[in-house]
Amino acid sequence: MQNGLEHSTTTRELPVSQQPEVDYVRVRFAGDSGDGIQMTGTRLAESAARFGNDIATFPDFPADIRAPSGTIYGVSAYSLNIGHTEVDTFGDETDALVALNPAALRKYLEGVKQNGLLIIDMDAFTERAITKTGFSTNPLEDGSLSSFRVLPLEITSNTEKALKETGLSAKDARRSKNMWTLGLVLWLFERSTADVEHWIEQKFHKKPDVAKANIMALQAGHLYGEVTDLPPDVSRYRIQPAPLMEGEYRSINGNEGMAYGLYAGATLADLELFYGSYPITPASPLLHTVAKLKELGAISFQAEDEIAAICAAIGASYAGHLGVTGSSGPGIALKTEAIGLAIMTELPLVIVNVQRGGPSTGLPTKTEQSDLFQAIWGRNGDAPLPVIAPAHPGECFDMGVEAAKLATKHMTPLMVLTDGYIANASAPWKLPDFSDPAYAPFPVKKATDPEGFLPYDHDPDTMARPWAVPGTADLMHRIGGLEKQAGSGNISYDGENHQLMTQIRAQKLEAIAKSIPPQHVESGEATGKLALLGWGSSWGPIRVAARRAELEGKSVSHIHLRHLWPLPPNLEELLSGFDRVIIPEMNNGQLATVLRSQMDVPVESVSCVKGRPFLVREIAKIIEDALGASS
Amino acid sequence: MTDLKPKDFASSLDVRWCPGCGDYAVLKSLHKMLADTGAKLEDTLCVSGIGCSSRLPYYMATYGFHTIHGRAPAIASGAKLANPDLDVWVFTGDGDGLSIGGNHLLHALRRNLDMQIVLFNNQIYGLTKGQYSPTSQKGMRTPSSPGGTVEMPLNPARFAIGAGSKFIARSIDTQAKVLGPILQAARDFDGTAFVEVLQNCVIFNDGVFDHLKDKKQGPDHTIVVEHGQPMVFGVNKDKGIRVKPGGFGLDIVSLEEDGVTEADLLVHDETNHALAVALAELGEKDGEPTVLGILFREQATEFGTASRIGLPEKPLSMTEKLIHLSATLRAAETWDVEEDAA
Ligand SMILES: Cc1ncc(C[n+]2csc(CCOP(=O)(O)OP(=O)(O)O)c2C)c(N)n1
Ligand code: SF4
Ligand SMILES: [Mg+2]
Repeated sequence: MQNGLEHSTTTRELPVSQQPEVDYVRVRFAGDSGDGIQMTGTRLAESAARFGNDIATFPDFPADIRAPSGTIYGVSAYSLNIGHTEVDTFGDETDALVALNPAALRKYLEGVKQNGLLIIDMDAFTERAITKTGFSTNPLEDGSLSSFRVLPLEITSNTEKALKETGLSAKDARRSKNMWTLGLVLWLFERSTADVEHWIEQKFHKKPDVAKANIMALQAGHLYGEVTDLPPDVSRYRIQPAPLMEGEYRSINGNEGMAYGLYAGATLADLELFYGSYPITPASPLLHTVAKLKELGAISFQAEDEIAAICAAIGASYAGHLGVTGSSGPGIALKTEAIGLAIMTELPLVIVNVQRGGPSTGLPTKTEQSDLFQAIWGRNGDAPLPVIAPAHPGECFDMGVEAAKLATKHMTPLMVLTDGYIANASAPWKLPDFSDPAYAPFPVKKATDPEGFLPYDHDPDTMARPWAVPGTADLMHRIGGLEKQAGSGNISYDGENHQLMTQIRAQKLEAIAKSIPPQHVESGEATGKLALLGWGSSWGPIRVAARRAELEGKSVSHIHLRHLWPLPPNLEELLSGFDRVIIPEMNNGQLATVLRSQMDVPVESVSCVKGRPFLVREIAKIIEDALGASS
Repeated sequence: MTDLKPKDFASSLDVRWCPGCGDYAVLKSLHKMLADTGAKLEDTLCVSGIGCSSRLPYYMATYGFHTIHGRAPAIASGAKLANPDLDVWVFTGDGDGLSIGGNHLLHALRRNLDMQIVLFNNQIYGLTKGQYSPTSQKGMRTPSSPGGTVEMPLNPARFAIGAGSKFIARSIDTQAKVLGPILQAARDFDGTAFVEVLQNCVIFNDGVFDHLKDKKQGPDHTIVVEHGQPMVFGVNKDKGIRVKPGGFGLDIVSLEEDGVTEADLLVHDETNHALAVALAELGEKDGEPTVLGILFREQATEFGTASRIGLPEKPLSMTEKLIHLSATLRAAETWDVEEDAA
């Protein structure tokens, strides 16, 4: 799948920029969970993407399902970065914050840059709401916002006014205030409301009254920008389309991409997809997405727990489907014993870990990449298994295909590591063209011939054993967790045979190492002073910071691992071409520890476990500290 | 019908249970029943957990999967959902099925996927050398309970009823005449059939079921129920079960005493849920017979059939799937980027 993976990165090979508000703008919508913030943000993202901008988004919602209104912990936010240049992160700072209540302002003011724009719904700043939030005085009046450009608007009453003629109650009319706000923001970005209107019509086609109210509010907000004299320091943003590669696009988040990719992978392997899972944040949307693919033949099974979920997937694989199970850290921990069974029985199986903050229940809604040890080493016995990780949402689809390909080609369980950030963030994604050689089918050949059939006979190239599924005449055999006699697969307690089988399981990974693409350099030269080595979702911030530093003439290269285990065989040689190798990772140094055990190149680790991806400036600081400000 | 003989269902491996273990008899009944019913080797899948009893798939010439402790129902469910044409059997023990795997057993029984779950109840952990199990009798002394257990034992049939099982049967390992037809009925049942086998462990719990098995006295302590038949039992067929007069529950009575006749006795109705609960519990107190046979059987929605609604009528080809997937991906808003967009 080398081509497939390359392909997804190059659609986003765009110029890098350092000039906010010229090349890119970072907007954050924030308000009560009930204010429709996620929908508003998604619509602006969609509209920007359609216009041709590059986008990166970061939905950030409360852990509580129905948090009380007006509280800080009940604030829901949606951040997005809209660019003419390549945007790979949602941005360190906010250029414009839309705060629909005092709690939203209080929670997110800190992230707004100096002289940034604050759009505020004054109607929500009642005395009660202000004190509830913990402000001692009204921030709109006490001068505390003097280093920002403030645009206080009566959003709620303007919405009510706009909808007066519809005959809706004031309460119902107020529900559309997010659309009024979106109308204004669209005006601010010099965008028309047409796409959103179209979307509203479709979304509410069964409730024409609601559709009409929302469209009226949207148009009113837009018109407000048009006809009202805004303060002179409020200017509109003109972000030109990004020079994306030509083609058909949609936006996609990592969970959707992974679910569709796994289905595509199973399909290209000429297998049915069986997805067994137990709900857990942030992996549940994988289950929801596969459940919607039933008409396409995908089987989804919500099991009684994570153990049953993986076991059902293993059973389905034994019976000839591609078994897949997905979860997050705590659930993966429960699956551990069964993963060992899949390794022992050498059945194809894909395990997706959408990582979140740990240990234990940890930070369920926050991102982290701290399950690497668990993935590579977290089992009893010598139990090797390949581990791969997409770098960003747009790569998840191809990684799903890659997972299916490796698991079936080598007859092995395989783990895919994504994380809460990749899972929820969306980006423009060039739709796959299945006639592209990158998606050439790799149909699985199941065993049918009894002549010389041995269930534990290994193909010398792939180290795969034959896959003989129940229902096939004359190939009846028994498998299980007890050690197998090489060849016959009968139970064997023999020490020599165990040594041999342990070796065979290790050789399976060696075979995979030979078949994966050599490690390439993401940006920068193939040798130099500094290599930033990343994996998974640290891709965005590393990429942005490294490319900017390179523009400044610094010797920085970005190397990003997609195949974490086995490691690409050329990695050691590649890394040894750099004076220093620094690994920024969202854990306490796990990849660095893994690499130290595998190669002689010194690596340094920088850890960030703050429940969010690295900021670009944090990576820039790593570069500066390593190379000096001007080298 | 194939012309396979019982021995054709035996694999080439030597059976390695202790001599005299009750598991042999169950294996034999199973081989015979499968041969009699014309089962095909390739369509039969035996799945088990861990324990002495869970070794059974190795001794079958069919497909087999000896999995991990307690998880066999889940693995079997996945296999059956993937291939509904398979005849799927789960073999489990009282520890495997009711201790570590209790949750999976509960949910398998509740879902009612078409498979058979045979639980070998020897009231002990055999494979790990004799610790008490969730079905061990109270006060039992074992290496892990030198002073005798203080736990209440679990009654597997009662557990199955609680879980919503639609087919519940009980038999004794060596009573092939009872066990054979039960295995056959379990196989024929369209749903999850739960069969508890009272199995003797000669090494760690020898003789716990002797009073039930005893050729002479056994019939006084057991009753084999049959749908539509009055509940008569005993060595001399002189005992019976009736509804407690003026009350709720069952009464064990002697015929011809106090003017009780066969007409006063209960007639077994295997579709009667409340009766099944009462029958499952009988035998827990002195003087009560342990009930054997099919305690409960009720046709209900089979999980596999229900869960397949909405799947394509027949599997889609690779090309069809890719076409559908392309359309699904494009159900979201899409847009075109032209060459000269910049
Ligand atoms: C995860 C795990 N825990 C514990 C064991 C050890 N173990 C194997 S079998 C068994 C109990 C088996 O008892 P039962 O299911 O009654 O089977 P029997 O041997 O009596 O037939 C135990 C505790 C194991 N194999 N795996
Ligand atoms: S230990 Fe008991 S249950 Fe296990 S094989 Fe021996 S007799 Fe049978
Ligand atoms: Mg036991």
